[in-house]
Amino acid sequence: MLRFVLRRLMSALPTIFIVVTLSFFLMRVAPGGPFNLERPLEPQTLENLKRAFLLDQPLVVQYGHYLWNLLHGDLGPSFIYRDFTVAELIAKSLPYSMTLGAWALLVAVLGGIAIGSYAALRQNSFVDYAVMSIASFGITVPNFVLAPILSFVFAVVLHWLPAGGWGDGGPRNLLLPVISLALPQLAVFARITRGSMIETLRADHIRTARAYGLPTRVVVVVHAMRAALVPAVSYLGPVAAAVLTGSVVVETVYGLPGVGRYFVLGALNRDYTLVMGTVVLISVFIVVFNLLVDILYAVLDPRVRYE
Amino acid sequence: MSEMTQTLSEPAAAVRGISLWAMARHRFVRNKAAMASLVVLILVAVFSFGGTWVYPHKYDQIFPSYVAVPPSLDPYPLEDTLHQVMQTAVERAHLRLDTFNAEGTTYTARISSDKPIDPRATRYLDRPDEFDASEITSTLDDGKTIEVKGKINGQYFPVGTDRNGRDLLPRIMVGGQVSITVGFLATFVSLIIGVTYGAVSGYIGGRVDNVMMRFVEILYSLPFMFFVIMLVVFFGRHFVLIFVAIGAIEWLDMARIVRGQTLSLKRREFVEAAHAMGLSNWQIIRRHVIPNTIGPVVVFVTVLVPKVILLESFLSFLGLGVQEPMTSWGALIAEGTTGMQAVPWLLIYPAVFFVVTLFALNFIGDGLRDALDPKDR
Repeated sequence: MLRFVLRRLMSALPTIFIVVTLSFFLMRVAPGGPFNLERPLEPQTLENLKRAFLLDQPLVVQYGHYLWNLLHGDLGPSFIYRDFTVAELIAKSLPYSMTLGAWALLVAVLGGIAIGSYAALRQNSFVDYAVMSIASFGITVPNFVLAPILSFVFAVVLHWLPAGGWGDGGPRNLLLPVISLALPQLAVFARITRGSMIETLRADHIRTARAYGLPTRVVVVVHAMRAALVPAVSYLGPVAAAVLTGSVVVETVYGLPGVGRYFVLGALNRDYTLVMGTVVLISVFIVVFNLLVDILYAVLDPRVRYE
Repeated sequence: MSEMTQTLSEPAAAVRGISLWAMARHRFVRNKAAMASLVVLILVAVFSFGGTWVYPHKYDQIFPSYVAVPPSLDPYPLEDTLHQVMQTAVERAHLRLDTFNAEGTTYTARISSDKPIDPRATRYLDRPDEFDASEITSTLDDGKTIEVKGKINGQYFPVGTDRNGRDLLPRIMVGGQVSITVGFLATFVSLIIGVTYGAVSGYIGGRVDNVMMRFVEILYSLPFMFFVIMLVVFFGRHFVLIFVAIGAIEWLDMARIVRGQTLSLKRREFVEAAHAMGLSNWQIIRRHVIPNTIGPVVVFVTVLVPKVILLESFLSFLGLGVQEPMTSWGALIAEGTTGMQAVPWLLIYPAVFFVVTLFALNFIGDGLRDALDPKDR
């Protein structure tokens, strides 16, 4: 198992390297730069700034420099937020995104699996249709529509919850962002689980378990759930990475200080190092969660062995 | 013996062959949700593309008097605001408003001044959107007082106006045109790239296939949002380039699907026969491989169209999409989000159109998948 984990991590390194390289050069080819402000800087100031950030060097030298720093865990200084390094900015905002994302992920996975299994057990009943129409609503309505509407209904019209801001990070502040972030994913999980559960319930080992006279609850939870979860788990990896590294939309609508906003702001302001930092962060998350998912496979399905 | 030949040569008129497409169409027509969605989608398309020809207001026409007015089925201006508007207009002309009467679609007013009034001053009265066609009915008091009548301009804003005083309804129409067009064109771009790439990779196979698919895998692992934002920032925000940018990144799934299909197709006899007849690789790919991958591709296209519309709207939501005064549903929703306390209709109406369209597209996609699914046959 350990060897498998190590091998997977090694094979992820080239991918991250290519991602870093592609993003670095794509970013630099784009017109404009971090110091193209509305009020142009003094030529001397501009030159000093460029020298300080190594922007006067050839691109390849800058690239080599960036890679070297990256290998030492240094993401460089931010070009726009001058008093901070990129690592500091990420360290400051990541906890918010991860708290929000972890709750959303929990709600999406538990809710989606519970709802999907429930619908599968009552296939083609009224409950099934009702639950699945709500699920397809969740899949269809993107969170940049859902988030403003939730905020409008519960904060503006009903005054039940605050319209935005982190506050003390309590449930009152987090409820709406978590729902906005979780609902589309919950719908996908419900759909996947329902499909695979219906298929699993027809499998031979389930029929055997039923023939032994086991109660339905035991059959579903102990015997069917394990196999039915495999497709949902394979969807979990990318979703976890995406949700935990912050959502631009939810953070913008609710005014939360997460990572997602830095990414878009960085790209718009040509804050090269900040964008590169978030790109590296997201790639690492993707790699780690795909690995975790592979390990989960082995837990769920005894036929899977990693040697 | 002779009996046998007779039965064999008898034409099998009773059994008519049904093509795959005829069967699929039959199944699709029977699917009520999908057919209803098709009707809804056609209605939305007619509304968006035809509406701008019929509707009297332009999408970029500004009504300074009607900034952020709420939706109403009654015509604006509201009667009780008219006096104030006329008062302002008259004061602009450095005159005094003595009396003002509004009746239905016409008004009469008595205006006075210390000096004789220049008849051209009535132009000031036509300035506001509310009034039109003013004329002097009588002149009194040596020209120091005039009586004026004119028309009141009724304007309908069934879904209100935005904060720049533009009618929201034609903006929703234009936004729909942009969103739907981008959806289909970007899908078309990704269709061309993906099908060609996948077919070539799968057909040639071997090392070329390995390299080409490894390239796709690398693109998969790129943070996707970053890629879109970079392309849009790099290409600028031109309408055409937005769907090229979206299409250029959405082809990956398509390439994989087509490659898989091609791998199984190229072992088939008809490809071998084409090969034996001396057709070049490209001819075989074009004439024999690509047409046979069409079933799964059609299904995937119906999934892709709503996905692309979502993506375009998402870009517009971030302010990276089409630029003012052009608009798209995503841009309208973004605009509505920022001021939903005061002007909720700016969020609600575009969101309703957007969600209804996405729903319809999804149901049509589901219906097509059921209709074309070979497992179901």
